[in-house]
Amino acid sequence: MNDLDPEDWLRFERLVLPHVDAAFNFARWLLRSRADAEDVAQEALLRACRFFRGFQGGDARAWLLQIVRNTCYSWLEKNRPRESMVEFDEELHRQPVATPESIAMAAEGRERLTRALETLPPRYRELIVLRELEGCSYKEIAAITSIPLGTVMSSLSRARRQLHCALVNPCCKEAIA
Amino acid sequence: MSCDLTRSALHGYFDGELGAAGNAEFKRHLEHCSDCVLEFATQDFVRDSLQRARLYEFAPDSLKLRKRAHLRCCVRPAASPQRLIWQWLAAAAALLVVALLVWRVLPGVHDDDDYQAELAAGIVDAHVRSLQPGHLTNVDSADQHTVKAWFDGNVGFALPVRDLTNDGFSLLGGRLDIVQGGTVAVLVYVRLGHVVNVFIWPTREPEVSARMGERLGYQWVVWQKGKMEFCAVSDASPAELEQLHRLFAG
Repeated sequence: MNDLDPEDWLRFERLVLPHVDAAFNFARWLLRSRADAEDVAQEALLRACRFFRGFQGGDARAWLLQIVRNTCYSWLEKNRPRESMVEFDEELHRQPVATPESIAMAAEGRERLTRALETLPPRYRELIVLRELEGCSYKEIAAITSIPLGTVMSSLSRARRQLHCALVNPCCKEAIA
Repeated sequence: MSCDLTRSALHGYFDGELGAAGNAEFKRHLEHCSDCVLEFATQDFVRDSLQRARLYEFAPDSLKLRKRAHLRCCVRPAASPQRLIWQWLAAAAALLVVALLVWRVLPGVHDDDDYQAELAAGIVDAHVRSLQPGHLTNVDSADQHTVKAWFDGNVGFALPVRDLTNDGFSLLGGRLDIVQGGTVAVLVYVRLGHVVNVFIWPTREPEVSARMGERLGYQWVVWQKGKMEFCAVSDASPAELEQLHRLFAG
């Protein structure tokens, strides 16, 4: 671990620090808490700074978000071990078919959407956040989450189904509560 | 949903990830698949709701400021105990030297070893941050009276706002900023395309002569006048900053 020399620091500042909002937002949704996200994002930035020499250029946001993600999952494992383990049982929660009408009723309002999103297991939640909030491409999502590029589409499809399910069918919440 | 594509290609199409040929093909499929049409409408509705709900959460300023100061302190090598002692001694020696020329600011933090370095870092950080879009000014005006009136309503001390247009420094406006957890007033000038931030805060310290320095490619000069401390930062030349200092101090 070395000091960044001023030139590296300026590069870090120019390439990585503009994505502090992305780092925070991603951490906030993974951890479902602003306060925890602040600490973990801080830790992730520190790691990013430490590893910056190893950054070969390319997509700095994806590179940073990958570090944020790893930091978040380590934090979850340590502080909320149950949460990071839970996977959604698709068979158990065959969703009622969501239609534009049923969704229209259910998907109104920030609080409702927040609740629904927060009931998803983190591995699905992160896909929605990266795609819909952060506007990441499939390639970026693959880089950040280490999902093979070829399966990003089907994973997103599952995540979206879970989200719709959580929106129209409150029983989904109990599955991971 | 009976059509399998609602769980695969539809999402690629919805996200614009199928490529031109894939898009065209799926579009043709949509013309005669009611399952996909319905699913597409549902997806579209949810995306729209997510957008409207403004779920994106921006980093609090405290993170942005803390982060920078923190990162700079912590990127140092993991030192062996012996090395740590040397570093400590070096820091102490450096502190002794700078203490003679101190530019002290916010009362109550002088006991911090890294105080000097942190303050310089804090000021330069604030300068760099101010250069990001939307961060430069809270009040935009080239008129010194307008800017002064804004500060009078927002800070607890009277601010000497100078019109230096004739000397080549155009006033852009002012803002409040945070340096080391304390609020400071900032006058923003531009000189031949170089933004110059003049940080100003009240001080109780006895006057010392002006000091200049450079950090990460930015020049700074700090001075005191009439119970106020000033620090100008810019990527303009040292001579230009020195000129600004004379204009303010004179």
